[in-house]
Amino acid sequence: MARAPQDYDDIPGTFVFDAERSRQGYGINMFCMSLMKDENRKAFKANEADYLKKFRLTPDQADAVLKRDYNRLLELGGNIYFTAKLGAADGHSFQHLAALMTGSTQQDYASMMLGGGRSVEGNRSRTGKNAPSKFLSAAGAKKPTAAKLKAKAKSKIKPKAKSKSKSAKRK
Amino acid sequence: MAKIIAGIGSSHVPAIGAAIDNGKTEEPYWKRVFSGFEKSQEWMRETKPDVAIVVYNDHASAFSVEMIPTFALGCAPEFPPADEGWGPRPVPVAEGHPALASHIAQSCILDEFDLTICNKMEIDHGMTVPMNLLFGKIEKDGHWPCPVIPLAVNVVMYPPPTGHRCFMLGRAIRKAVESFPDDLRVVIFGTGGLSHQISGPRAGLINSKWDKNFLDNLSKDPQKLVKIPHLDYMREAGAEGIEMVMWLVMRGALDDKVDEVYRFYTVPASNTAVGHIILKNKASGARSSARKASAKHKPAAKHKRAAARAKSAVRRSR
Repeated sequence: MARAPQDYDDIPGTFVFDAERSRQGYGINMFCMSLMKDENRKAFKANEADYLKKFRLTPDQADAVLKRDYNRLLELGGNIYFTAKLGAADGHSFQHLAALMTGSTQQDYASMMLGGGRSVEGNRSRTGKNAPSKFLSAAGAKKPTAAKLKAKAKSKIKPKAKSKSKSAKRK
Repeated sequence: MAKIIAGIGSSHVPAIGAAIDNGKTEEPYWKRVFSGFEKSQEWMRETKPDVAIVVYNDHASAFSVEMIPTFALGCAPEFPPADEGWGPRPVPVAEGHPALASHIAQSCILDEFDLTICNKMEIDHGMTVPMNLLFGKIEKDGHWPCPVIPLAVNVVMYPPPTGHRCFMLGRAIRKAVESFPDDLRVVIFGTGGLSHQISGPRAGLINSKWDKNFLDNLSKDPQKLVKIPHLDYMREAGAEGIEMVMWLVMRGALDDKVDEVYRFYTVPASNTAVGHIILKNKASGARSSARKASAKHKPAAKHKRAAARAKSAVRRSR
């Protein structure tokens, strides 16, 4: 079933966990929640595919879990606070997951954060709605010119060919 | 009569809690963050509130996806720290204030805010990290300096309540507090944010310009903030930055005009911009008298118009 289009689909590199994804991803999130318990983590590790059967995932969802394809999990209804538990059960730091999701190395991701994070310039919209929010204009603040915006558009997300991400390679 | 004397905004980054629990607060990376809260802890020790209402969100710790209440008020006598997968944080069990909490629930529901009531509730880092930042590190067998009332807001599943709804809930909470018979001095925390995105290919987003503007307006012109649509929060401040709406519950519980006592901002703490502000009600007198006083202070027509707008906005939404 197709998703109803939403205004926030225009935000690049973002899967908003909305009511539709919440419904669709219930099994993913309940599975991730189960990993809060040590005995469940052990059972999952003993036989991943078998353990997943309890949660009635779709084949795509189960595949994304087994491949640790974190972006695909978000797209199929996983929520980051839940999927992070899968990463933790694998013994990974959150930054490791962030690096996977952003297609960078953990070191590059860490230094981007230390440098002030990913700039919003050039990362607001898939369809060129790159003007700052009108709610951003403080009293007396000037709107940046188009040229200025272009110059500042660094660390822009590279459009990637589907999320056949590093997680597959890592396995 | 109970009254709200001040509001506190604070980020609630989990890594801050881990830094406290693992004794890393003196490391340069973390010292930069913690030094920003030293003055606030001093302020808190001097202010000695009787109760703290803490607006926060759970992060798949005590709440799952089985039930997703938009606003859930903790009316329990105590709130143990939640097990977030690796054992609960080594902080004391927080004492509640069931009498004030259930009074707030009753008053707010009749005021058309349909709160979910939690008589059993565990609290995660979303609440315990800001408590640590303002009250300092307290050993597990110690005591937090005052009872707390958790107000959990759904900001995990879209859509969270609108900024306007949050602000008006703050107003209703204030009304409830002011109709409680005991003389209590109450502070209210708004937690979460500021800009951050931790999910998807755009993870790592930070927007300091947005954050500073938010803090400026929170202090001086909150009516500007209540109109911000969710799309703008997510676009500008990150998919998870939308939790900034929780600060508006805090702001709504304060006077229209407040004194900014303190502010701190630093980037990053792990993936997040850390923001912190303390706003105090002027003279902490009754609201009506505070309004009269502010009208007297600002004779300029421009200010009068602004005050009238603010008042009618309040009236409209009552």
